[in-house]
Amino acid sequence: MTSARKNKQRAQSRDPSKARDPEWAAGLKRLYDSVVEEPLPDSFKDLLSKLDSAD
Amino acid sequence: MSENAEPAKPLPPRSADDKRAFKRELTDVVPHLRAFARGLCGRPDMADDLVQETLLKAWAAQERFEPGTSMRAWTFVILRNAYLTDMRRNRFRGDYDETVAERVLTAPAGQEEPIHLSDMHRALLTLPPERREALLLVGAGGFSYEEAANICGCAVGTIKSRVGRARAALTTMIEEGSIPERSLTDPAAHRAILEELDEVAAGNGRAVATR
Repeated sequence: MTSARKNKQRAQSRDPSKARDPEWAAGLKRLYDSVVEEPLPDSFKDLLSKLDSAD
Repeated sequence: MSENAEPAKPLPPRSADDKRAFKRELTDVVPHLRAFARGLCGRPDMADDLVQETLLKAWAAQERFEPGTSMRAWTFVILRNAYLTDMRRNRFRGDYDETVAERVLTAPAGQEEPIHLSDMHRALLTLPPERREALLLVGAGGFSYEEAANICGCAVGTIKSRVGRARAALTTMIEEGSIPERSLTDPAAHRAILEELDEVAAGNGRAVATR
């Protein structure tokens, strides 16, 4: 499977105000970002297109 | 004068352009909803169900969205409420993501030992839900304390305290390597969490002492 789809860095959710993050804090962000960067499953595309037609 | 159950803030009717803009913003925010949901409830399939439910609710409630405000914050509130409702119906068991468990979170070159995503996620899921969501919003989602407080319907100080406690707990677990195995599948722990959820859902946001 393609595990190489991770270089889609979206310039968002940067928080400059965290001066003293513990070491794992970056891991937490990456946990979140790893899901954000997943390709969207078809079920969501289907649902979103249905929203349109339901209108 | 008859009383209609009107929303507190009547907004102007939506044009086709507004609807298109809403749809576009809603689409853009889906990956974030998935990430937030995954952090909250652990299992990817259930998290995605939760996001689908959220999208339908958001679409149905689009008249209440104020253009120009944060779609991410608005939909997170909907997702959070749906999660709390489902959690109380015992749909989620707090299982963690088995597929993620195999992945290693590799630190950039030159940094310390990598943290396993699975460790991170499991540690996160052992936190009481209100601390978990606070940490997710601020520490992962990049929301300010103020935004997180709005999403959770509580005071800024409450969010700060929850994030602080969550951080302290995670730091202890991760640095000491004392991340519990699957503690959420323990019925007693699960029950305690459900009790806390009632508190959280009631909106008073008081952290219940769990002992």
